Order: sequence, then C-alpha cells, then structure tokens
Amino acid sequence: MLILNCPYCGVDADETELAAGGEAHLKRFGPGSSDDELHDYLFTRENPKGVHLERWRHASGCGKWFHAARCTATLEVFGTYKAQVSGPPQEIRDAISAKRPGWSWREFS
Amino acid sequence: MSQSCDIAAVCGGGILDVHGIPAARHETGSDSHMKHYSAFAVAREALRYHTGWERAWRSPEPKKRYDVVIVGAGGHGLATAYYLGKNYGIQNVAVIEKGWLGGGNTGRNTTIIRSNYLQDPSAAIYEKARGLYETMSQDLNYNVMFSPRGVMMLAQTQHEVRGYKRTAHANALQGVKTEWIGPERVKQLVPIINLHGPRYPVLGALWQERGGTARHDAVAWGYARACSAMGMDIIQQCEVTGVRSEAGQVVGVDTTKGPIDCGKLGIVVAGHSGQLAEMAGFRLPVEALALQALVSEPIKPCMDVVVMANTVHGYMSQSDKGEMVIGGGTDGFNNFTQRGSFHHIEETVRALNETFPMLSRLKMLRQWGGIVDMTGDRSPILSKTPLGGCFINCGWGTGGFKAIPGSGWGMAQLMATGHSPLTEAFSLDRFKEGRFIDESVAAGVAH
Repeated sequence: MLILNCPYCGVDADETELAAGGEAHLKRFGPGSSDDELHDYLFTRENPKGVHLERWRHASGCGKWFHAARCTATLEVFGTYKAQVSGPPQEIRDAISAKRPGWSWREFS
Repeated sequence: MSQSCDIAAVCGGGILDVHGIPAARHETGSDSHMKHYSAFAVAREALRYHTGWERAWRSPEPKKRYDVVIVGAGGHGLATAYYLGKNYGIQNVAVIEKGWLGGGNTGRNTTIIRSNYLQDPSAAIYEKARGLYETMSQDLNYNVMFSPRGVMMLAQTQHEVRGYKRTAHANALQGVKTEWIGPERVKQLVPIINLHGPRYPVLGALWQERGGTARHDAVAWGYARACSAMGMDIIQQCEVTGVRSEAGQVVGVDTTKGPIDCGKLGIVVAGHSGQLAEMAGFRLPVEALALQALVSEPIKPCMDVVVMANTVHGYMSQSDKGEMVIGGGTDGFNNFTQRGSFHHIEETVRALNETFPMLSRLKMLRQWGGIVDMTGDRSPILSKTPLGGCFINCGWGTGGFKAIPGSGWGMAQLMATGHSPLTEAFSLDRFKEGRFIDESVAAGVAH
C-alpha cells in the first residue's frame, strides 16, 4: 500500500484516499502548436523504470492536487511537494539524489 | 453442461491449416529434429520408464547474425517467430529473452480467450486469434488445453445492456458469433450466480459460446518447441542492453551474451516496451501499470464458463485443477514491480462475493501481478517504427493472451512483407492522425 504525505493538510494518506493523476509537469500544447507537439502532449509519456514525477489528488481528504517523486521500480517515495511549481523543488531533487545518484527525468536532474 | 469440454479441443483432426496455408511439417534439414507427441509416444516412453523424452526446445548460444531477431520470448514474440517460419519460410530467427520463456505476462494472465469486440480492427485480430486457438494443439502438436467453454460478460446497468446489445449487433456484422442473453439463460449457464446482487442486478449478458480458456504456459511452450524445431534459436536469460543502427536502419542488438547482428528486429516486450523503444531511439504512447490476478484453493467443478462482471469489476473462471481464477483491475499509477496494491484485490473479491455468494468461504492460494503496457486508446500497437527494419508489437494492456496467435500471425506478415491487413489499423501513427481504436469505451474496463 502506497502512503503519500499530503503537502497541504499534512496527512499521511494511504492509497485508498488518493487518486493517481499521471505524469507531472507536462507542458500544455493547444491551438497553434504543431502536430508533433500536440501528439506528445496528449499521448507520449516518460514511463521510466525508476525515478518518476507524478501528480496525485488527495481525493478523499483535503481534495488538493499535489506532486510526488517516486521510484516505479521499487515504489520508494522520495517526497511530495505542492502543485504550484513547474519542476521539483531543490529539497526534493536532493532527496532523490541521495537515493539515486545521477538520476535524471526529462530536463530535471 | 459438461465439465470435460476441454478434452474435446484436443481430439479433433486437422492436419491442414484451416486458414489456407499448409501446415509446415518442419522439413528444415537442420539438426533440430522434433519428436512427435502422441498417445503412441506416451506408451513407448512408459515402456522405457520415461527415459526417452527430450527437451522440448534447445538452449543454444547466440550466433553472430540472424535474419530476424525478436526481443521477448512471451506468447506474442514466440508466435511472431513461429509464423515468420511457418508462413514466410524465414527460419534464421532468434528469440531473445531477458528472463525465462513465458515468464512475463504470458504466465500471469487469467487465460481468457474471446473476440467480442466492438471495433472492426479489434474484432478482426482477436477473432483471427480465437480461430487459430481452435486448431493450435494440432498445429503445434502440443496440447494447449484450449477449452471453448463460453465467455459471458454480465450487464449490470442499463448502460451496459445497451452497450452489449450494440456489441452483439457489431459482432454479427463482423462475422463474430455472439448473442445477447437474458438473466434466465445466465442463471441456467451459471447456477452459482446471484442475479439479484445487493448493488447491481444481473440484467443479461453478452455471450460468446466459442470463447473460453487455454493453458497459458502451454501456448508459450508449444510455440517455443515448434520454433526450435524449425531451427530457430531461443536464447533465454539474455538481456538486450542496446539497439545498434546505421543510417536509420537497425543492424543489431547488444546483449548480455554479446552483440547479435540482425536484418530485422521485432520488439515484443510488453511492460518494458518503453525501455526498448528508448534504446531504439523513439518514444511510445505507452505507460506501464501493474495488473493483478489471484487463484483460490481447488474445489469441485462449479462453473464451466468464463464470467466477466465489468461494472463491479471482477472476472472469474474455474481451472481444470479446480481453482477459481480471478482477475481485477489495474493500479492507477506507473509500476514495474509485478505486484499491485492490496485494495484492488479487496475490490475484486468483494465484487465477486456479491455475484457468487458461495465464494465467501473460499481461501485464496496465490496472488501475483504483471506489468501491462497501456496505450491511450487501450488498443495495441503493431507497427513499423521510426527506425528502419525495426518493428514493435506492444500495448496489449490488460488483454493480450487471447490475441497471441492472431498477433503473431499479423506481426509476422508485417515483418516479412511490410504490410498486414490485420495490423494496419494498429500503427503507431494512429494517435497523431486521430484514428483511435477506442476499446476503453467500447469494451468497458476489463479486456
């Protein structure tokens, strides 16, 4: 059972309280973008075996969206952070680096 | 209703392939002679205390080069290799496997075979597969225990009633024999069912009489034995670590057993498709999720059809050993661990308890997960790729087992000739072009 700490209400919420929201930090491409950009935005995902940044909603709790840094190969959680950012904050990057030296995910490392 | 219907599947004749291509008799001239399995062979070996059985397939060291390398010795990869050899005479083939043969999703599914899909391209490839399953035991000379016991998809909401009636009409036009049946017929076919379930009553079902189950491991083993007999090399415990290309054309793979050159490359690795695609230099619209299944302790025969209940979300059949084989839903998050979250088991078992009250005292024996590769429209990808000579077969998501022979048939045609009517609609560029094969809506959930 996955347990994530909600960065808004501080509750250690287990998975039944949460709704998974897929890959984080997608850049939205809409009208005026190229076919490739729209395709990648809609369908192409990082899908890494390892460090993954993703969105969750504390659905049966405070209702807020937040981010989590997690390893898809071990289910280890490196940390959670608020939604109003376009990339993981430094302390989350450091927490990942401590466990997975040399990690990278899209443009982040 | 007979509990022994699975025996019938392996007794019929059929030397000639019903699909118009004469069954190859493995006259390859190589050193890979295969002993024929038969009742006579069992008697002969019994007389010499079963000391004469040979390994079903060879375990060779890789050669320097093959015409075709298939990555992934699961059902789909082995079937692709088999039909490359059988239908197109391409027998200088290696099938490379990271773990052991059939040890991924081929050995982890709930073995359901059906073809009652809404969309035409899906119905075509799944029905092709179902048809090939009917003669697979004879074609491969290997008992895959295909049991056409019938598959029933329960309708438990008015929405599902309309959806399944629509599917039954679509199937009629596609030449796939299915029918809409009422609750009385459901009860007649499945006496242990509770039609009035506390949450959702059973309002009827979509019934495919010629659907059923097969022994999943045997499908991989049968194909592996037939491939090996054609002189193909099945190389287990050999992980691909890189894909080599020159001027946009694939030339080989690097593996833990050294580099292997190839003319064409087929990537058929389910959950790890994204990792292989990355090595080959392209990306996929695929995410990996864990899907779980479980089996109960063995009990006396109580249900001789496959029942799927998509509203409450659970599906179940009884294996020949007597275990109730149960499947449920995927986790909502990316996962490569081959184990899923416990609350999905809870949901599935709760749903099936409502539908089959007699299950409430059953002990569950084993539970496991497989990594399924999900696409945006929940339909597979069988396609050329941006890398020349490199083909991919992935995205079967939660329903690949039933498609194995059809998928291999189409994939072999695509790799050998560059085009297959079976796989055409499942190309990688359909997402960009908006040609979705939307079974996630059409098929409800489990498929």
